[in-house]
Amino acid sequence: MAFLKSFARNKGAVVGVVVLALVFVVAALADVIFPGTPWDMVAAPFMPPGEMDMLLGSDSLGRDVAAGIAHGARISLLVGAVSTVVALALGVSLGALAGYVGGVVDDLVMRFTEFFQTIPSFVLAILLVAIFTPTISSVVFAIAVVSWPPVARVVRAEFLSLRSREFVQAAEVLGKSRLSIVVGDILPNALSPIIVLSSLMVANAILLESALSFLGLGDPNLMTWGFLIGSGRSVIRLAWWMSVFPGVAIFLTVLALNLVGEGLSDALNPRLAGRRT
Amino acid sequence: MSISRRGLMAATAAAAGMGPTLMRVEDALAQGIQPRRGGTLTTILQPEPPVLQIGVNNQGPTLIAAGKIFQGLVKFSPTLEPLPELAESWTISPDALTYTFKLRNNVKFHDGTPMTADDVIFSIMKFHMEVAPRARAIFQRIDKAEAPDPHTVVLTLKAPFEPFLLMFDVTACAIVPKHLFDGQDYRTAPAVQRPIGTGPFRFAEWQRGNFIRLERFADYWKPGQPYLDAIIYRIVPDSQSRRLALETGQVLMTAAGDIEPFDTPALRARPNLEVLTTGWEYFSPLSWIETNHRVAPLGDVRVRQAISRAIDRNFIAQRLWFNIGKPATNPVASTTKFHDPSARIAGFDPRAAMQLLDAAGLRPNAQGVRATIKHLVLPYGEVWTRLAEYLRQSLRQVGIQLELESTDAGSWARRIGAWEYETSINFVYQFGDPTLGVERTYVSSNIQRVTFTNTGGYSNPRVDQLFAAARDGQTAEQRRVAFSEVQKILVEEVPQIWLMEMAFPTIHDKRVQNAVRLGTGVHASYDDVFLTA
Repeated sequence: MAFLKSFARNKGAVVGVVVLALVFVVAALADVIFPGTPWDMVAAPFMPPGEMDMLLGSDSLGRDVAAGIAHGARISLLVGAVSTVVALALGVSLGALAGYVGGVVDDLVMRFTEFFQTIPSFVLAILLVAIFTPTISSVVFAIAVVSWPPVARVVRAEFLSLRSREFVQAAEVLGKSRLSIVVGDILPNALSPIIVLSSLMVANAILLESALSFLGLGDPNLMTWGFLIGSGRSVIRLAWWMSVFPGVAIFLTVLALNLVGEGLSDALNPRLAGRRT
Repeated sequence: MSISRRGLMAATAAAAGMGPTLMRVEDALAQGIQPRRGGTLTTILQPEPPVLQIGVNNQGPTLIAAGKIFQGLVKFSPTLEPLPELAESWTISPDALTYTFKLRNNVKFHDGTPMTADDVIFSIMKFHMEVAPRARAIFQRIDKAEAPDPHTVVLTLKAPFEPFLLMFDVTACAIVPKHLFDGQDYRTAPAVQRPIGTGPFRFAEWQRGNFIRLERFADYWKPGQPYLDAIIYRIVPDSQSRRLALETGQVLMTAAGDIEPFDTPALRARPNLEVLTTGWEYFSPLSWIETNHRVAPLGDVRVRQAISRAIDRNFIAQRLWFNIGKPATNPVASTTKFHDPSARIAGFDPRAAMQLLDAAGLRPNAQGVRATIKHLVLPYGEVWTRLAEYLRQSLRQVGIQLELESTDAGSWARRIGAWEYETSINFVYQFGDPTLGVERTYVSSNIQRVTFTNTGGYSNPRVDQLFAAARDGQTAEQRRVAFSEVQKILVEEVPQIWLMEMAFPTIHDKRVQNAVRLGTGVHASYDDVFLTA
């Protein structure tokens, strides 16, 4: 309750939650609002918004842009969520290992992490997708591979400071196994920065997926927002609506995720919340 | 020595017109336009060619720019009749074995050396034989090449080969200077970097990634020509920038794939621009759905027929290519010789397609899917991706699920060559004659692990026989009979699912005159192109 109250104090976060909920509803109801696949050529090509029952216009093959956005929301959210979960799993386990064990293991894991951080993440993602041929799983994999290092660093820092606290020492004295200390005692206390980070990672993953699709490296069998913008880019002088509306969808979703992330950060660290405003 | 019917016709064309120069000036005069000396034609070349030496590189951009520097013995009208170029006339012996070319005697290379029969024989028997696989395949049929005098070349064939003359266009056999290549590695000789030909324009400057400048050759063999002072090819990698350059007048002409099909309607509407889709008759690229017959169910003729009937080619021509090009009707493009208009593939009919699939034993499952087929998207630009998406939707209507796979250009060529695909899109040039550009896709002797051969693996002994008969036929009539029959068989068996007779828009400012006069269009020498004030 206290958490919700402090979260609600941040007006931006509430707006973010509302927008995000809307995106979820559209994604969930895509099959009801726009039955069939978004690839169906249902109208004349290049119909401006509002004509021929096309709320947001039609694209170069006469496909409904609105249907594309609704069905694309599913893929964008799915890619965002799955790749974040994969990146979290990787980042948290490596970060926890480095922070808790320390010593040589810490050094090795951190050098490995830095190795990934020195490579520009988008270039690495392009490379990975190009090597593994563009499919939904290779896109998720590539995004996860480029987004876990910050998680590992944050988790390691939290673990370093928590592992010398009294409650951890108490647990060790009680004879608890290392694994149960890490998972049961330290991790729950390190959770708040991870939660904040993950909401931003979802936003980042959606952007990465869109950028990949924009470059034609998305799964060619799936309708995504990035694909919509990419396919509209070259005809932007003929049909602005093909790229503008999916662009707005990405913008709103990513903005909402950022606002929610900030709200979470405030609610989870009440002492910091006041300082910003 | 008497002159055969075909040779006579060609010789008359040469004599009657006294060369195309006069005909063109007259044409221009008839339109009330006097050719004007001077001016620079700025145009676009993309992608940037690696070198401008025809033979060493035979890709589109090279042929377009180097077609101004080099010339062939003959050139071709839009109906593919040979016209004199470096050969002022030629005769063919009655047994169709001996070709005698009479060369012009005032032709000089850009370095001042006169061009003689030696250069011509070197170009055919040594240079192109060595560097150009397509030329080699044909020129191997030459038994001996002789020069009775410095301006006569006599080629004797081992066996009659009716489409032989088509190989003497500049794009297939450019005449190169013997003294700059003989005794060297043809691919690395210095002349490859500074090309020297006989054409109306000589190579002047090349700033990589920026522009190529060709300048007027003052000693060109047509007096008073070329009319232009220079041609500048600008390298502009982005299609929207190319369109802008044309709209703002920074360039006066675009050709080939410079302008995306979807941009052409807007450019057509501009009063100062002319949009032409002619000038590709010699090449006549034909596109098709490449099917790998080794993969079930594509080996079943009924399945291929069904796919063919599930596709609306008019939609593809109108919506994807904006009427640049037209729906294909059979494996031989209508602008290629020996096209038989009576052999036509069955039209768009999804219901008939479903009946064919039923007959082939492919019943729909609970999701309405009869078969799932992979499709390797041709990575040559956006319109090909849209085409793949269109095909997926149309085939889904009849119960075939097409799964798209993306790839890059190198992997595409490798996978097609290695037969590692189920379906894809392919298009090849036909070079004016089915023996030169169609046969290779369908005869079983050409089933090779090489791109642009019979990669689909289609094999029909009767088709092999007919293509062989047409190849070796002495007269055009004998060949026509064989080609007609083979076209009738192929439209029934649809070894590949033909889509479009492709064309590319040549868009130019109305001040540019004679931009497209030949069957090779913008690949011509441009000695007759001029700018009105």
